[in-house]
Amino acid sequence: MKRRAKIIELDEVVVKFAGDSGDGIQLTGSQFSDTSAFIGNDLSTFPDYPAEIRAPQGTIAGVSGFQIHIGQKEIQTPGDQADVLVAMNPAALKANLKWLKDGATIILDVDNFDNKHYKKAGYVEDPLHDNSLEGYTVIKAPITNLSLATVREFGLDRRTAEKTRNQFVSGMLFWLFNRDIKIGEEFIRDKFKGKTDLINANIAVLHAGYNYSETVDAIAATFQVPPAKKGKGLYRNINGNIALAWGLLAAAEKSGRPLFLGSYPITPASEILQEIAKMKSLNAIAFQAEDEIAGITSAIGASFAGRLGVTSTSGPGLALKGEAIDLAVITELPLVIIDVQRGGPSTGLPTKTEQADLLQALYGRHGESPCVVLAASTPANCFEYAFMAAKLAIEHMTPVILLSDGYLANGSELWKIPRVRSLPAITPPLVEENDTYYQPYARDPKTLARYWALPGQKGLRHRIGGLEKADVTGEVSYDPFNHEVMTLIRNEKIEWIVDHIPRQKIIGKASGDLLVVGWGGTYGPLLSAVSDMQEEGKSISLAQFNYINPLPTNVEEIFGNFKKIIVCELNLGQFATYLRGKLPQYKYLQYNKVQGLPFFISELKAKFNHILEEE
Amino acid sequence: MTFEVKSDILKPEDFKLEGDVKWCPGCGGHAVLAAIMKALPETNVKKENVVFVSGIGCSSRFPYYINTYGFHGLHGRAFAIASGIKVANPKLSVWVVTGDGDSMAIGGNHFIHILRRNINVNILLFNNKIYGLTKGQYSPTTPKGSITKTSPDGTIENPFLPGELAMGAQGTFYARVVDTNIQMMQDIFVKAARHKGTSLVEILQNCVIFNNKVHEEITGKEKRDENQLYLRHGKPMIFGKNSDKGIIQSGSKFVVVKIGENGVTKNDILIHDAHNPDDTRAYMLSRMTLPDYPVAMGVIRDWQSDIYESLLYSQIKNARKNSKIQSVDDLLNHGNTFRL
Repeated sequence: MKRRAKIIELDEVVVKFAGDSGDGIQLTGSQFSDTSAFIGNDLSTFPDYPAEIRAPQGTIAGVSGFQIHIGQKEIQTPGDQADVLVAMNPAALKANLKWLKDGATIILDVDNFDNKHYKKAGYVEDPLHDNSLEGYTVIKAPITNLSLATVREFGLDRRTAEKTRNQFVSGMLFWLFNRDIKIGEEFIRDKFKGKTDLINANIAVLHAGYNYSETVDAIAATFQVPPAKKGKGLYRNINGNIALAWGLLAAAEKSGRPLFLGSYPITPASEILQEIAKMKSLNAIAFQAEDEIAGITSAIGASFAGRLGVTSTSGPGLALKGEAIDLAVITELPLVIIDVQRGGPSTGLPTKTEQADLLQALYGRHGESPCVVLAASTPANCFEYAFMAAKLAIEHMTPVILLSDGYLANGSELWKIPRVRSLPAITPPLVEENDTYYQPYARDPKTLARYWALPGQKGLRHRIGGLEKADVTGEVSYDPFNHEVMTLIRNEKIEWIVDHIPRQKIIGKASGDLLVVGWGGTYGPLLSAVSDMQEEGKSISLAQFNYINPLPTNVEEIFGNFKKIIVCELNLGQFATYLRGKLPQYKYLQYNKVQGLPFFISELKAKFNHILEEE
Repeated sequence: MTFEVKSDILKPEDFKLEGDVKWCPGCGGHAVLAAIMKALPETNVKKENVVFVSGIGCSSRFPYYINTYGFHGLHGRAFAIASGIKVANPKLSVWVVTGDGDSMAIGGNHFIHILRRNINVNILLFNNKIYGLTKGQYSPTTPKGSITKTSPDGTIENPFLPGELAMGAQGTFYARVVDTNIQMMQDIFVKAARHKGTSLVEILQNCVIFNNKVHEEITGKEKRDENQLYLRHGKPMIFGKNSDKGIIQSGSKFVVVKIGENGVTKNDILIHDAHNPDDTRAYMLSRMTLPDYPVAMGVIRDWQSDIYESLLYSQIKNARKNSKIQSVDDLLNHGNTFRL
């Protein structure tokens, strides 16, 4: 094929798709992700959508976005700013212009750039003629009209015909990135399986977009991102919610305790419930409860009956579950509570990310309520931490709270698929039938976990519940000293888990000028910022925490080796507050952000450089 | 299956637990406990398969007084805990013990949803029309106008009739008993256990301390025959000391008639059909109150419908037979993967 445009090879590139929710932006985004993965690019994606299902068309509030960062180097974040923006209407352009790199390429659907749309987007001047796009390469493509013309022969209704527009965009990007259009055709065949008309129409539009780009002279240069040099193996593109659901299923299989998920739909956690609901062939039960409380209490019941009981929610739901978490604390049953954090308080920013539930997870309950708290830090490692949460819950007979967030839940990255046999064993502390020594609150001396005797087992009838129980025998007890003993044991049981979790890792040198401390979902941006600065020769290291309670044993050792410590979080300083309580001998600087957005690498580097220069 | 034929027949003593029963002397709970211990052997269940679950309140101490697996849960949440237990392991015979505050107030939502789902769990609702454990505040079933600690000038709320709520929530089994009749309770508990689906038994229970003789009009020796209609499936709705009163339907209403008066014969009296899929009459029976009507006792509704966990496990069976995903390895490797 003859090409007039020259090809520029890039290490990495960030593409942002933006349009009305309903424009198929998320679909175009996943098609671009899959194609990138298929040709071997590393990637990280982040969809950004409004809370309303179909917000008013053409308005800023209705703009749905999908950002993808691909590269031949290791990709840690969806990228601060985009190299390429696809804007389906003026609102999409207006909302995203500030997130573009200088000189970025903008593809816009010129058919929607008219006075009616400018007004809806709040433009006073025509942005195509007011010099605001100076310095960018702007490709004004008549995407809507050419798509409609292409599908005319297929006799689709107007709405369906308009929806094919996203494939015109895809076709343009296949050309712009020098990709094999057959991969795009395959995606369409799979997506619209069984609907021949839709397949043919969309493939025709895909080609139309590709041919248009080739034909017009507007595109001077195209890009190529060579395959990443990742380790060999089988990979897939996975988001945090799916990875998390699969980690639970893996733990269920590994422990021999089939999964019971009791949950109530809530953004951004619902996908976990939906995914488990599809997994009946793995003996998994997804019980869609009448409310958050029934979600967790049904899971506690299932756990009592011998299944791996799990409940998934977001911040408001975690608040409603507080009383029941304490029921699991006092009955000492295994239970995993997943909180996919979003912007709060109250309904807050339901589709945006935040890390402001940490103190709620640690302390937001009545009574002395020790609980294991873990946090996943990348979309893919939600699998690993869901697995670990279940392992700790089962082996130590305790509730475990696993924190994820909207950024991890919806973001995706390439994940090297593990073998289930390579995962650690999970050994539930079960009891043999008719064990005459069984007592409900007798404990394994190595873990302090009580044993898990299941209804239906002969010779083990016993009663548990929310009233305080006597040590060992499990009889109801109001004895003051017994209560203190049991409170201490419950606490110690959680503290002892420190011997069953890995030591805290440090990225970079073990001592230096500045230690960046983060936890959970901020890993990507913090790692990118710290790595960049390490390459620049700065004395900076990163400690990203996944184990929050208990903290790994070597934290004190790590903190002592740095001149300064800065704790970075998407809240007003909750982990910093926690660390001040646990390790008060250190001074903790803070970097905080509560905009419903992840950290940007640029802002982090600016802050870290400033601190390093202060000396 | 829940009910298995066994060679060694169980006795009430098999469920007796060492230790004190800490209800007040004279509390209706003692009679319920005695009746359930007599009923359980008749349900042909293995003793290790019985689970009692409760919420919070006087009645909810029940699991601590009976030798089975037991779970004393949270206020109002016993239905959800029991749902989790039963769905996790349908072999178990699961009983919920709850009170009028526990089930009608704080647990109202879970109460209607367990009935709607028709999970095969048996519910014993101790209705003493008062909060006992918190010492005498009015409950959602307290009659309007009652003076209690939190209604010094009389309650201004309309009470719930549990049966009305049960019908509204599409309950498939509803019975009513009195705590003064152990034989009646025993018979009805066995019927509740045999019903496949959620069974609700409302027990008119006396609180000797905070609401003494609340059901006296219904249970009192002098009045009970005139004021209770003990329903039996397939039998006419006849009551009264001399079995000379009955229920007929006139238009959309029930009417109490005297057999032998105004030409009414025994053949005119309505026959109770507990198994009728249409719950209209069950609803009307559950609403009958003194002084216009006798209070209906016994099994008011017993209709066999789809059971949640049966449908669920048949979907699981299908999925296990037909899905390509039979292990987590299958799951991780299915669909779009990329070899680098």
